[in-house]
Amino acid sequence: MSQINNTGDAVFRTILILAASLILLIVVAIIVMMISNSMPTIREFGFGFLTSSEWNPSARVFGALPFIYGTLATSFIAVFISVPVSLGVAIFLTEQAPIRLARPIVFMVELLAAIPSVVYGLWGIFVLAPFVREYLGWFLQTYFGWIPLFQGRLTGIGMMTGGIILAIMITPIITAVVRDVLEAVPVNQREAALALGATKWETTRIVLSNAATGIAGAVVLGLGRAIGETMAVTMVIGNVPQITAKLFEPGYTIASVLAANFAEARDPLYFSALIEIGLILFLVTFIVNAAAKLLVVGVTGKGMTQNT
Amino acid sequence: MQNEINQKHTLLENTGNTGIQHVGKRRQLINTLMTGLTAACTFLTIALLLMILGYILVRGASSISLQFLIDTPKPVGEGGGIGNAILGSLMMTAAASIIGLPISILAGVYLAEYGNGWFGRTVRFVADTMTGIPSIIVGIFVFTVFVLPMGRQSGLAGAVALAIIMLPIVARTTEEMIRLVPNSMREGALALGAPNWRVTWDIVLPAAKSGIATGAMLAVARVTGETAPLLFTALNSRFYNLYMDQPMASLTVQIYNYATGPFEVEWKMAWAATLILMLLILVINVIVRYLTRKRF
Repeated sequence: MSQINNTGDAVFRTILILAASLILLIVVAIIVMMISNSMPTIREFGFGFLTSSEWNPSARVFGALPFIYGTLATSFIAVFISVPVSLGVAIFLTEQAPIRLARPIVFMVELLAAIPSVVYGLWGIFVLAPFVREYLGWFLQTYFGWIPLFQGRLTGIGMMTGGIILAIMITPIITAVVRDVLEAVPVNQREAALALGATKWETTRIVLSNAATGIAGAVVLGLGRAIGETMAVTMVIGNVPQITAKLFEPGYTIASVLAANFAEARDPLYFSALIEIGLILFLVTFIVNAAAKLLVVGVTGKGMTQNT
Repeated sequence: MQNEINQKHTLLENTGNTGIQHVGKRRQLINTLMTGLTAACTFLTIALLLMILGYILVRGASSISLQFLIDTPKPVGEGGGIGNAILGSLMMTAAASIIGLPISILAGVYLAEYGNGWFGRTVRFVADTMTGIPSIIVGIFVFTVFVLPMGRQSGLAGAVALAIIMLPIVARTTEEMIRLVPNSMREGALALGAPNWRVTWDIVLPAAKSGIATGAMLAVARVTGETAPLLFTALNSRFYNLYMDQPMASLTVQIYNYATGPFEVEWKMAWAATLILMLLILVINVIVRYLTRKRF
């Protein structure tokens, strides 16, 4: 090999390494920036920041619990609704529908993921919120009103509406990953079950039990997306920092308190409190996504980028 | 003992003689029921999509006009439009692509060609997890490291935020596309005496070109619809603006402002702006579909 070739390779490789390092660098920079900027509130409130439910910027008292609660409440509503539906769609597409029918449906479900968050928010305000107020809320409160979860003033704006919007938004993601996972189950398992006289559904149940780890990963991934989703939720949740079991009442999520207030936070302590909330969000989504990746990749051997 | 034989006997009768038509009624019923349920889930999902698109089309189309497409926002009641927002979105997306795509593609090349060691694995893992980081976090990051030192919001800051969101997505799709290039092509070129970097640059990259372009376009389509990272970085503007160091309007932030505003005229403009945004994204997606179709 000539000297020139070796230098060329070395230069090329260095450029590539620099580009790849940038990904690590940005993530490290985000972590460093968030920790250093949230030091004022960490010093001022310590661990109590996470457990206090009082949020009063003008009195400079900050507790993140209402936002953590709102995030968890909406995300769990979303997962609760979306998981059965996504499983159904994925099973229909991989196990039942003929390929000619499946292909356009796959395209349409993917299209659902291509709709921007702010558009879901707009639709949520003007279509979903009235529906929740007039029909869903009315129905649940009339027949199941004794359950505290379904109580609250019916304005259409609240945690329930936020959760439903999130459910629609994470359905294409969970569906796509579950499809990958189901397709990774060897065909001969299905053939064996069918040959033993199992019905289609019994075969599917065997496939599902073999794909359980990957499906868990898909659900965790969906949960991660729901936790971090910002605009749509901000537009329909009502933005009131309160902790209540009544899901029709307004709430506030971590992402939405950032979207709604970060631009105005001039007071250093307020600024720091918002960044610390952002830090919590960052750490939680990072851990949740890492967990999802470990669960899914173990099964399909694929990354998750296609599904974003 | 006798009991067991009887049991076996009935089992045989149940399965052996009957054939497929006579699978237990209950099992058959459950099968039909579950098939119906999965089909219903699919129907529900598709119906929701059509409903959302339908609302956008009907409500958007009813308040769109040429004036609306070229005007700038005006005080409520005096009409106004989204011309500057369309321009802002296009400019920031273009700038984000110029900043983000080359770096992302290079990172993807690294992962595919040299990324099997610990460093490559770490980058891959971090990139995958980074795609799941909420975009508002990226907005906050760019605000603290870019907007605060510069002293004001700017279109450039918005573009940087969008580029950061593109980075892991494009890097990973690029990697996957390059991995599809058969090894025999690399070996052939190496055997002819080409150095590694020329093999990658002149043989592998051209072979994976259309796949990489598809991934890049999908990322572009995605950041076109991003709102959260622009809220504090590009802010908004009421004027046509060609300078990237000034605050810049975007379709998405404009939709957010109109949708959460108190007046019905604003809501109508939000729907119209949404229709334009969706058309933009749809066009990009259709181009991508077309490209991928040709490839297979």
